[in-house]
Amino acid sequence: MLDGEPCNILENEFVKPGKGQAFSRVKIRKLISGKVIEKTFKSGDSVEGADVIDTELAYLYTDGEFWHFMNNETFEQIAADEKAVGENVKWLVENDTCTITLWNGAPIVVQPANFVELEITETDPGLKGDTAGTGGKPATLSSGAIVRVPLFVQTGEVVRVDTRSGEYVSRAQK
Amino acid sequence: MGTDNWRPSASIEVLKQRALVLQKIRHFFAERDVFEVDTPALCHATVTDEHLHSFSTQFNHPFTPHPCTLYLQTSPEFAMKRLLCAGSGAIYQICKSFRNEETGQFHNPEFTMLEWYRPGFNHLQLMTEIDELIQLILGCDKAERVTYQDIFKQHLQCDPLTATLADLKTLANRYGYAELAATENNKDTLLMLLFSQHVEPHIGQNRPCFVMDFPASQAALAKISSANPLVAERIELYFQGTELANGFHELTDGAEQLRRFEEDNIKRQSKGLEMMPIDQNFLAAINFGLPACAGVALGIDRLLMLAFSCSKIDQVIAFENSRA
Repeated sequence: MLDGEPCNILENEFVKPGKGQAFSRVKIRKLISGKVIEKTFKSGDSVEGADVIDTELAYLYTDGEFWHFMNNETFEQIAADEKAVGENVKWLVENDTCTITLWNGAPIVVQPANFVELEITETDPGLKGDTAGTGGKPATLSSGAIVRVPLFVQTGEVVRVDTRSGEYVSRAQK
Repeated sequence: MGTDNWRPSASIEVLKQRALVLQKIRHFFAERDVFEVDTPALCHATVTDEHLHSFSTQFNHPFTPHPCTLYLQTSPEFAMKRLLCAGSGAIYQICKSFRNEETGQFHNPEFTMLEWYRPGFNHLQLMTEIDELIQLILGCDKAERVTYQDIFKQHLQCDPLTATLADLKTLANRYGYAELAATENNKDTLLMLLFSQHVEPHIGQNRPCFVMDFPASQAALAKISSANPLVAERIELYFQGTELANGFHELTDGAEQLRRFEEDNIKRQSKGLEMMPIDQNFLAAINFGLPACAGVALGIDRLLMLAFSCSKIDQVIAFENSRA
């Protein structure tokens, strides 16, 4: 918690002079205002922990303004706005489980699963005979995300992607 | 955890180059008649410095009823000085050192340290030798030498040796550390913050830079200068944003050494940290007689980062801690 807002640590740089006090230079995103700020703390300093809870919910659909999720046990539904979904919108797959962070009952962060499987909607055919593919090529996925895939992967195939790095992992297991 | 975590964090090519650098270092010291030693990593006592955190473990001795606490050394300093007291002459060591609570771009909780001692040298003569080693490994220019006071004044327009706590708080406020400065009443903490954030990034960009004459309050195990009691005969070497080495004209006064250890423990107590047992074997050795000498500790991993233009320590060690 910082200035009354729950925050997310984006980067934490450990700074320590040869003989002396260690500091942490942290880059923080305020989750409500979306502001990114930098702050320096002495190592060992503490701040109030934010009273947030993470819940596992299945993604249902979007109406363009909100993204709807459902608790598969209670069937309770929750709607997250654009600010909460952010850039992760490109990794939302229907029925996939996402981690939703709630603060005072309202969703403030939507985190997709580490790996998702998506269909390629468009990619160049690639070179014939190249099965190893070193450089790769860009491919557009059904969610709108663009990832680099090996040359042998074609339009219509389903691929597995690491949502943390945005990198192609493999073809989906059938 | 990714499935690739079994892989080394450094490339095999860097690891081969690393081996060659270690060979060069050993050759450098062999030519100068400085002999290699190997002292314990696991000891009954450890450093008292409030800013260093030792790993500890329990030793279950087969013939005694109670386990005893042993500490992994944060540097081989105490044991090497005991060898000097016993008449070893010039010595060096390349060993693993361990520091708890340290991890980051330049830090791994275990790292490789090169430490060496030169009886009969003062810190100025030792600087020349460090410089020669650095030039040999990095192929860089001769290092420049500046005093802590001059370089601090040049970048922050404030005299670090005469500034009051209020002066330093004002300065910290101006650089955006208002919250930290509001509750901080230790001058050295503010000096360390300002120096590491607003001086270090500007020095040693084109050639290595030695900073000499640190404030006496940051002496660690260095002699206080007889010419100026406000400064200690302590040196630090910086190059391209990396702090590479820390050296002292070594403190040889046993009573003063004990006083510093006790002072450290009082500081620890006031911060709610555990007090550390004082190394009695080390004190006994100093009281027996440490020859006048200068010594330095140099981070081998950081030297390799500079040699191979790596931005993270992970890229020069086989398995950084999260993969270990």
